Amino acid sequence: MHEVTPARPARRRRGVNVFLWLGVSLLAVFALLALFGEVVAPHDPNAQDLFAMLEPPSAAHLLGTDNVGRDILSRIIVGTRYTLSIALASVLFAGIGGVALGAIAGYFGGVTDRVVTGIIDLLLTVPNIVLAIAIASVAGSSATGLTIAITASFIPPLARLVRGRVIELAQEDFVAASITVGMSHTRILLRHILPNAATVIIIELSLNAGQAVLIGSALGFLGLGVQPPAPEWGTMLGASREYLTMAPHLVIAPGIAISLLVLAFNAFGDGLRDVFDPGSSS
Amino acid sequence: MFRFLVKRFAMIPLVVLGVVTILFIIFKSVPGDEAAFVAGATATQEEIEAVRIRLGLDRPLAEQYLKHLAGLAVGDFGYSTTFRGNPLPHIVDRLPATVALTVSAIVLTILAGIPAGIVAAAFRNRWPDYLISFTVVGLLAVPNFWLGMLLIAFLSVNLGLLPSFGAAGPASLVIPTLALAARLIALVARMTRGVVIEELRKDYVRTARAKGLSHDGVLRGHVLRNVMIPTVTVIGLQTGYLLGGSVVIERLCAWPGIGDLMLTAVSVRDYTLVQAIALIFVVSFLVINIAVEIIYRFVNPRLRYA
Repeated sequence: MHEVTPARPARRRRGVNVFLWLGVSLLAVFALLALFGEVVAPHDPNAQDLFAMLEPPSAAHLLGTDNVGRDILSRIIVGTRYTLSIALASVLFAGIGGVALGAIAGYFGGVTDRVVTGIIDLLLTVPNIVLAIAIASVAGSSATGLTIAITASFIPPLARLVRGRVIELAQEDFVAASITVGMSHTRILLRHILPNAATVIIIELSLNAGQAVLIGSALGFLGLGVQPPAPEWGTMLGASREYLTMAPHLVIAPGIAISLLVLAFNAFGDGLRDVFDPGSSS
Repeated sequence: MFRFLVKRFAMIPLVVLGVVTILFIIFKSVPGDEAAFVAGATATQEEIEAVRIRLGLDRPLAEQYLKHLAGLAVGDFGYSTTFRGNPLPHIVDRLPATVALTVSAIVLTILAGIPAGIVAAAFRNRWPDYLISFTVVGLLAVPNFWLGMLLIAFLSVNLGLLPSFGAAGPASLVIPTLALAARLIALVARMTRGVVIEELRKDYVRTARAKGLSHDGVLRGHVLRNVMIPTVTVIGLQTGYLLGGSVVIERLCAWPGIGDLMLTAVSVRDYTLVQAIALIFVVSFLVINIAVEIIYRFVNPRLRYA
């Protein structure tokens, strides 16, 4: 039996895809920092030095020190783990939830579809930061609360996307053929439909990961995310607000870290789209 | 058009009912005794019980839920500890500031995003296009609150051009608007660029050129009619960002809108107020989306007759 292969893309980019490689290499750097942050960091991220407060960048402290004399570079390096793991965890859980809901609604249709789409449409009307604030205020301000909040805000749009793609695919001949030869619905969904929807889902998830970094750091900034003294980037920005005039270096470094990570996810997602789906570059 | 409007507006109460129910469930699952919290830290057991009875918190959940719905129907959002009563009038007081911020962000998005996209498309693969596309990629990666902090540092602290926070006249609106609109401007510019390039490839453009119309003439006379469509699409899709982003930016700039009030409510655990404002955001979301669809039908006749 032949494996069903999707039609070849009409036009492939010649040579390497710059975006994709930029994204992959940046993400690799961040992943290494998240794994080995303590080893790489020049100082202990929580060691205070009250004789070196708010120091501008120098040879001893490449990005300067904060209001209690902690080394900013080390805090940013060690903080990678918080941001990256919150982003990846929420995208993973949202992926599981969104794909399951969307696939079930799209494949089975009927009442199931109407109930699921009803709930999705309902949740889509709550702006994601507002939903995240509501959930964070109930679930508590912590990395777990933050992950729950971001996951919850990603599931509805993702489910909607997957549902649309599954409805499209369910009309393909290979699905009809699978039904004819007596395959179970679960097998058709898992082995035939979802693999064909995978590119769309992966592209969406990598763009979502960038969003997760932005939402997570915004909540950290508002004091509803990871709590100090943990060196989460958004939380660091929230704590540095008062020193905006006195010591702008406190504000610049964490912001650049957030932007680079978001850029990495966005470039990765856009690059994947260019490679797999050249028609729909929006 | 009329039938479409009736259908859309009829949906609002349904969606609101659903969202109210979800919020009710979320906030009833907050750990801790609500009555003790409302009564305050120094309250005696009798006082707590009195509060419990006064607010109906001793009743079964189903009854509390129905009472909550009945209250909402007449504009009573419940007991807010911040305002010692129905928070609605205080929310309404703060609403204009949020509307001013979001509307000016949309206006700026249109004024900056569309021209940027057109310029990028007209100079495709030359330096203005690279400059604009590079800026777009950057703006989509930058957190809006950080951009706001940088704008405050440069425009108000270093250069002294603008007030750094609060609401002191129209000048105070500049920094929050820029910070909030940056992402939308980038999205609109990118989509406009795509649409213009797409349109330029179409048959009618070739016909117009063959007739002897200049490149600029084709752009002005034919292609630009289509650029409102992506803008409207982006604003429709990004309503959630616009409203959610306003919460963060209002806090950053101490802009006295409902987003700032919501965060204050969270910090003092005034869940009635949090729920009320969340609901206002949902209704705003629905209204903006209906407006977007109406405009969409005006700028895109294909939809009107579909």
